[in-house]
Amino acid sequence: MTVTTITDAQLAPKDYASDQEVRWCPGCGDYAILKAVQKACADMGVVRERTVFVSGIGCAARFPYYMSTYGFHTVHGRAPAIATGIKLANPDLDVWVMTGDGDGLSIGGNHMLHVLRRNVDLKIILFNNEIYGLTKGQYSPTSRRGTRSPSTPLGSIENPVSACAFALGAGARFVARSIDTLQAHLIATLKRAQGHRGASFIEILQNCVVFNDAVFENITGKEVAPDAQVLVEHSKPLLFGKNKEKGLRLKPGKLELEIVPAAPDVLVHDETNRPLAQLLAALEPPFPVAMGVLYCNPATSYEREVVVGSGGSLDALLNGERTWEVVP
Amino acid sequence: MATSTVPRPGRETRDSVVIRFAGDSGDGMQVTGSQFMLETALAGSDFSTFPDFPAEIRAPTGTTFGVSAFQIHFGGTDVMTPGDAVDVLVAMNPAALTVEVSDVKVGGTVIVDTDAFNERNLKKAGYAKNPLEDDSLAKYQVLKFDITKLTADAVKPHGLSSREAHLCRNMWALGLLLWMYGHERTATIEWLNRKFAKKPVIAAANIAALNAGHAFGETAEMTEHMVGYVVPKATVQAGRYRTVTGTEGLAWGLVAGLRAAGIEKMVFAGYPITPASALLHTLANLRAYGVVTFQAEDEIAASGAALGASYAGALGVTSSSGPGIALKTEMLGLAIATELPLIVIDSQRAGPSTGMPTKAEQSDLFQAVHGRNADAPLAVIAPTSTADCFDIAIEAVRLATKYMTPVIVLSDGYLAHAAEPWRIPHEAELPRFPVTYRTEPEGFHPFLRDPDTLARPWVKPGTPQLEHRIGGLERDYDSGHISYDPDNHARMTKARADKIAGIANDIPLQNVSLGEDHGKLAVVGWGSTFGAIHQAVKIARDEGNDVAHIHVRYLSPFPRNLGDLLKRYDRVLVPEMNNGQLVKLLRAEYLVDAEGFSKVTGKPFRVTDIVQRIRGGAPPPSEGSGFGGEAG
Repeated sequence: MTVTTITDAQLAPKDYASDQEVRWCPGCGDYAILKAVQKACADMGVVRERTVFVSGIGCAARFPYYMSTYGFHTVHGRAPAIATGIKLANPDLDVWVMTGDGDGLSIGGNHMLHVLRRNVDLKIILFNNEIYGLTKGQYSPTSRRGTRSPSTPLGSIENPVSACAFALGAGARFVARSIDTLQAHLIATLKRAQGHRGASFIEILQNCVVFNDAVFENITGKEVAPDAQVLVEHSKPLLFGKNKEKGLRLKPGKLELEIVPAAPDVLVHDETNRPLAQLLAALEPPFPVAMGVLYCNPATSYEREVVVGSGGSLDALLNGERTWEVVP
Repeated sequence: MATSTVPRPGRETRDSVVIRFAGDSGDGMQVTGSQFMLETALAGSDFSTFPDFPAEIRAPTGTTFGVSAFQIHFGGTDVMTPGDAVDVLVAMNPAALTVEVSDVKVGGTVIVDTDAFNERNLKKAGYAKNPLEDDSLAKYQVLKFDITKLTADAVKPHGLSSREAHLCRNMWALGLLLWMYGHERTATIEWLNRKFAKKPVIAAANIAALNAGHAFGETAEMTEHMVGYVVPKATVQAGRYRTVTGTEGLAWGLVAGLRAAGIEKMVFAGYPITPASALLHTLANLRAYGVVTFQAEDEIAASGAALGASYAGALGVTSSSGPGIALKTEMLGLAIATELPLIVIDSQRAGPSTGMPTKAEQSDLFQAVHGRNADAPLAVIAPTSTADCFDIAIEAVRLATKYMTPVIVLSDGYLAHAAEPWRIPHEAELPRFPVTYRTEPEGFHPFLRDPDTLARPWVKPGTPQLEHRIGGLERDYDSGHISYDPDNHARMTKARADKIAGIANDIPLQNVSLGEDHGKLAVVGWGSTFGAIHQAVKIARDEGNDVAHIHVRYLSPFPRNLGDLLKRYDRVLVPEMNNGQLVKLLRAEYLVDAEGFSKVTGKPFRVTDIVQRIRGGAPPPSEGSGFGGEAG
């Protein structure tokens, strides 16, 4: 095992940038995510040589090229499988999976399900722009019904998947949501994920300026944001609105949330409560969309439970239980 | 306990014998065969086995599709195949008789359990009349014993239920066969005591049945029907021996290769598939040797996890059978593009698609050599026998790590399950080829090539100052950065091809397994057909034919002298268990007028199939050559 003598604690965000020119479209939300990740790395003192960014295919998948860490740009949808192999080979590496809605929930949906279920110690960052960008604008598995695209000229007739609800359903033990433009919130959420041991899943609502511009405007627009988002924090009441004048509580006699004026019976967020996380993950307009760490309940990660030894005697293995001798 | 270690006077001598145990899939024929194999090994004979079992886990009792068989060929002279025609068939029920009897030699012995030939079983097997009561078996020597009753009598003192007693029938049959060939029972008794350690009554009953079968032979010997035989010991290289299946050989070879390369950890990722799963099961028990096994969610993830492990500096290995290998194709492309070591073991089976999962074929050669998008060369090698599986796995590790390339090992369903004696190597005699991970930052870029091998450096993430990015996008020859430059792509395509082609300088020259290096006819094979071709060529040469056997172990790239060698023969014949694949590769590569000889019945070649073809005749009709078509 190589022991590094360089401490990266003093590194600045720019030290996590590679020498490669960033090639996303001007105005793409991915720039903000790259900036937030580099800031989070600097804040957390991430050690570059111990860190691997793994991606599949798509706009988000270009991410590793722009980081000064180790990086592996793999094939469409398979990054969770490759990252699992990396962790099995070396559990001490800090491994991030950078994916998108098509990469992570369509072609790679199966791998996403299993990597979350196994709880492999990975940070999985899903850039959700509700569209296939790199292939020029087809509807994706998170596109809303009616989305018009080159492959759905009459509008999509499919129901979208909720990334966070999927992750919770798969058994993820850390599920969070943030927004590309919500820089401080995004950095704080990334740092929470970085501190978590096990699979940590973050959905980032990300604007595609070319093919799906303003698709989240009803949630992220300056005017509507206070009413359209609820920023959840552990052990804090679930309040939202310009002056935190509204809250969420359980509808009496029902297992569903309702909006009420801020009052003592507003629910207090408990990030270790899976049923509450599931209710929060499912909120969509006209309810406020939940942002922040919806669920965090760590358990031993997969690769730490793998038992492996070394140094077994090869002669003993090859000889086994029953042999016979042929003499010359 | 009466044992007959010394062949008794009156026993007849046989150079070699082929026995097939056949019964219902619940009759324990595989364990019966395996135990007979063990006693044969301990008696000093050479042997080769062929287990043939149905795809159904437990087919309805008494049906023909539920017949499970185990064949063993053993003798004093080099036994290279499980044998063509059967000398002794043990048929535990009518279904086993009807399925297997056509392979018995004229004059061969058929042993049946008369009790099983009742109306119900006869009907299930499709017999209108009882074949034991008409002359339909006249060309065989049929030994009719009420094995069910004889077993029940033997185990009576142990107070078993009739169902439990019935399950001891296979041990009675085994006891009789061990007597016939003068084998010991000690190892079997030890095995029964171990297997049923927690059920001593069952162990005792099985041992009683075994002894009763043996004693039956002993007492019936002087009758006109029962003859004991003696088979001479084989003369083999001195050393310590054990039995080995292809699966075991591959698993241990991978571990030995890991040691040879000095790599700390192997990550073996697989997904359940017949007949490849056995390798996953075997390696799952080898944690103490640095082996991590990972049962992935699918074949794609299995290959991805293996590749990820290689990227991180471990030895990544994945395994499957044809349809699963198809799913790994994409990841092989990435492994080729990123130039990482990856070992892929393909236990080939009959296809296309699901095909016949338990039946062997050699039909993935094209898939292995060419089955990817774009120009995507890699190394392909194939073991020639179960014992060679060990050596080929070590060679796969050597090539994958030295050339930073995926290596496909083409095994098959037959090699996976078949067993042969194997001289156990000492760790000290195994090859050493330690890998070097790059740690030096000075002048580093990820695609800097070794001038000799053209391999790029292997860097473990975790190494300071060597942080770099790789991926499936084309990269610049000189810097490793993403590049869409047209000339660069041409240069990189050539570099990838030259790297694999260069392996030809690092592997043995193609040898001639039998015969001269020139002449009238070369019979060229690959993979598990080695034994059948070798025996056939030997027979044909003894008859005076000018024929040689060449067996190609390295299929991509070919050994560098192969083309010149083939051109020294007037004719080249290529027997394959596929519809003509190697023959087309040879024709394309060397412009030789090679003739194909296909067999696609899901069963291995018989020696006689090939002998007939060498003589110039048509293959014998019963079972035939399967396809018989000319390829190429």
